[in-house]
This record gives sequence, C-alpha cells and structure tokens, in this order.
Amino acid sequence: MAEVVLNTGDTAWVLASTALVLLMTPGLALFYGGMVRAKSVLNMMLMSMVTIGIVSVLWVIYGFKLAFGYEANSQWYGEISLSGLGSAVNELTNNGGVYPIPLLAFAAFQLMFAIITPALISGAIADRTKFTAWAVFVTIWVTLVYFPVAHWVFAFGNKVGDTVTGAGFLAARGVQDFAGGTAVHINAGAAGLAMAIILGRRVGWRRESMRPHSLPLVLIGAGLLWFGWFGFNAGSALGANGTAALALLNTQVATAAAALGWLLVEKLRDGHPTSLGVASGAVAGLVAITPACAFVAPWAAVVIGLIAGILCALAVGLKYLFNFDDSLDVVGVHLVGGLWGCLSLGFFGSSAVNSLGLDGIFYGGGATLLGKQAFGAFFVLAYSFIITLIIGFVIDKVIGFRVKEEAEISGIDYDQHAETGYELTNSSRGGFSS
Amino acid sequence: MKLITAIIKPQKLDAVKEALVAQGITGMTVSEAKGFGRQLGLTEVYRGTQYKVDLIPKIRLEVLVSSKVADKAIEIIVNAARTGSIGDGKVWATAVDSVTRVRTGESGEEAI
Repeated sequence: MAEVVLNTGDTAWVLASTALVLLMTPGLALFYGGMVRAKSVLNMMLMSMVTIGIVSVLWVIYGFKLAFGYEANSQWYGEISLSGLGSAVNELTNNGGVYPIPLLAFAAFQLMFAIITPALISGAIADRTKFTAWAVFVTIWVTLVYFPVAHWVFAFGNKVGDTVTGAGFLAARGVQDFAGGTAVHINAGAAGLAMAIILGRRVGWRRESMRPHSLPLVLIGAGLLWFGWFGFNAGSALGANGTAALALLNTQVATAAAALGWLLVEKLRDGHPTSLGVASGAVAGLVAITPACAFVAPWAAVVIGLIAGILCALAVGLKYLFNFDDSLDVVGVHLVGGLWGCLSLGFFGSSAVNSLGLDGIFYGGGATLLGKQAFGAFFVLAYSFIITLIIGFVIDKVIGFRVKEEAEISGIDYDQHAETGYELTNSSRGGFSS
Repeated sequence: MKLITAIIKPQKLDAVKEALVAQGITGMTVSEAKGFGRQLGLTEVYRGTQYKVDLIPKIRLEVLVSSKVADKAIEIIVNAARTGSIGDGKVWATAVDSVTRVRTGESGEEAI
C-alpha cells in the first residue's frame, strides 16, 4: 500500500471548514438571542459564547482523546488520558483509514462540533438558567454525553492494514451519519427536552407575551448558521473532493426547500408567511440534511428538506400539548429534524451516489438501512435524554439551576451579568464609578 | 391658555405637524406612547403561537396654544390625523394656569 502523504488542497478545505463551523456558534447566539425577550438577550448569547471557552479547553486536556483516541480499543469511548493533544504536526488523521490531512486539523474541526452541540441545548432553557450552573452543566455534559457519543458515531477506528481497532459502537454497526444528525442534533434535542423538564416553565409562560424581541437578529443568526453549515457538512468529507461538493450542494437545496416548506405551512395555517418561519425552516432543513448530505442525490435532498420544513413547522406546537417550556423549540427543530434526517437515509440512501453508502428502500435496498438508522437514532436519543436528566437533577439539587423568580421577572441579564443589552433611553445614564 | 393633547397614529404625525405649521401654530412636543381604546388590540403569530398585542404604538402630541385658537387647532389636528379606520385616536384640551419661557423668563401668552 502506498504511503499517504499530506495533501495541501484537502488540508486547506478542512482548515477553512473549521473556521466556518466555529462561526455557527456566534450565529446560534444571534439566532437564539433575537428570539428571547430584550431583558435576557445577553444571557442567551453568553450561554453560547461561554461554551466556546469551556469546550475548547476541555478538548485539549482530555476531550479529543476521549472522543477519538483508540488506545482503549473500546467501542464506547476513545481513551481516558490527560496527555492533551500533543504537538505532532506531522501526524496524519487516521479515522477508519488514513486521510491526507494533519491530525491537528481533524482535531480542530471536530472541536467545533463539540462546541455547538451543548450550545444548541441552551435554547430549551432560555431566560431562567443560572449562569454558573450552565457552565458546570456544559463541562459535565460534554464529558459524559457528547465525547462518548461522538466516539460511537464519528470514530471509525485506527485502521492499520486491514485491522481496525477502537471503532465506535454505532459506526461499526453501519449506522450512517455523515455530519452529525445523531451525535449533534438528536443528542442536543433530547438533552434540551430533559433540561426543559428539569428547569420547569418560565414565569408567565402561556400567560405573558414572549414574542421574539428582534427578528433581524434571528435572521442574521440564521444566515450565519446557513453559511457555517457548509463547513459542517461539506467539511465532514475531510477533503476537497466530490463528496464535499455533493454535501455542499445538498445542504443548499435541502435548506432552501425546508424554508419554503415552513412558509407554506404558515401561509396555509396562519394566513401569513413570517420571517421567523423562514429562519426556522432553514435551520430545520440544515438539521435534517446533516446526516444524509453525502449519501443522497440532490433531488432527494430537496424532498428531505421540504418534508423537514413542513414537519418541524407542525412539531413546534407540540410543546403546548405536553406543557413543557422548550423555549426556543430545540425539540421541535433539532430533535424532530434530526430524527427525520437520520431516518430519511433509510428511504433515500444511494450507493450509486456514494460508494461508502448503502441503498435505502427507494433504491432497492430494503428496510435494512432504515432499521440501522432507527436503532442509532433512538439509541442516542435514549442515552442523551436519560443521562441529561440525571446530570440536570444533580446540578439542580446541589447548586440550583434557576435564578430567583424576581430576577427572572426583572430580567436575567442584569441579575447574572450586571449588564443590559440595550440602552433604551438616554436619560439617567449616571456617571463613572470606580 | 390651553394644552392640547392628541393621541394619533404614528404614520399621521408628519401630516398633523405640517398642517399645524401651515396654519401658523408652531411648537409641539411629541412622545412615543402605547395604549388602546375601543380598538383593543391585534394578534401577532410567532412559530404558530398567537400573541395578543393590546398596547398599540401611538404618538402623543402636545401643543400649547392661546385659548382663542384652541378650537381651530383641534380641528386641524383631527382633520389631518383622520384615516377613517379604527384606532385613529383622540384629541382633548385642558386649561393651563401659567406658562414661562425658560430662556427669557417671559410668562403668559407671550411665552407660547
């Protein structure tokens, strides 16, 4: 076997994709920040920003090894090691085969996924979460949930010759998830549901108006998410190649179709297509195409996206039926969209499109792939939901998860950060205080 | 002396201002206000969730005039602010005991 040597084109694309995926988290902060009331915009955005800080540091200390190490030869976790990332600049990535990109580029790229996943959860517990409790939660959650689940799904093992060691549980079983439908979206969606249950409903829920305070912020955030998602999906090819091109194109058309699908539901049901609808539909489409983007034909991506937009637009109302305050619809968009995206491969998956993929029902592959997808999706859902409930329960008992009721009513921004997002009047500004 | 207070639709502010100035009535104070009358409110929909908005944005316009032009000023405001649809607002006048101009110290009618 010829030795793999570093490819500059592939490396350049993965490095650029890493920066694109990083931008998604500040984008998410804007998307979520615009959706809450003016009195909690900063807290909402800070929950995402502090996640960048915490997870990046943990990643260097033990996170990357726990998710992608192979020393333990375990399908459940990588390796437990505090050895850090090292500084092996000449080492290439080996993930079920050697890729011609530096291991450190792969580590940086995967870090961005580990950052945005816990940040997604914050939307379920808007306006009421004690900031220190959130920071503790992120630390524990990525350690017990994200890092192991990333290993199950994304770690394809240390392949030397024909021997593979340390491949993840779901990856080894042939569950297909190109860029994170299970590990990122189902995972975050299920955790969001658990956290909405642990924290309880906001003061005044279903009684007061909790309309988004800035739809322009929401639209800017959705735009940045869409832009960054090209790195998320097409970067997951780990190279500048045809698979990346397919993933990028599918990401675009599925997202476009989903935005139209959501608008269609609103026009028919409510009478008006809305700006929040177009932003939400786009995100639902991005979520749904994530696991499927490199395994389906572009026409199928359009269908997957359109169904995602319609499905999620209908699903976001369910929280009122079950009476839980998933404030920004993490369940309705990420869990529902993620489930649909994973299962959609069971229908639309095509080995003609990608030789690494399998044929779904519509391509004569029978229900085998659908079965694998359902197993992977529900396994991650159940694990994330249960472990998150336990983590949330313990943190709530030990340090308390919610701010005081008065603080929630007057505004969490001032209570937790001694800042306010907007100076709404220019009188009474006060003076300098040392 | 009278203080005329008008609650009008925000989009009618320019028309009212121009009409008053054209008739020689200058000086006014404008503030953004919210409220409801018989109109009650309207409904907004976010992700399928309906919120009733019962305090609707209005403009509160205050004009100090001498008593003899008060009726004329009210008529100008009402004509300029009217759209004929619900939520056009209200105009009322109250008696004013004293008025003093800060810069010069003039008081009474001269200060208007």
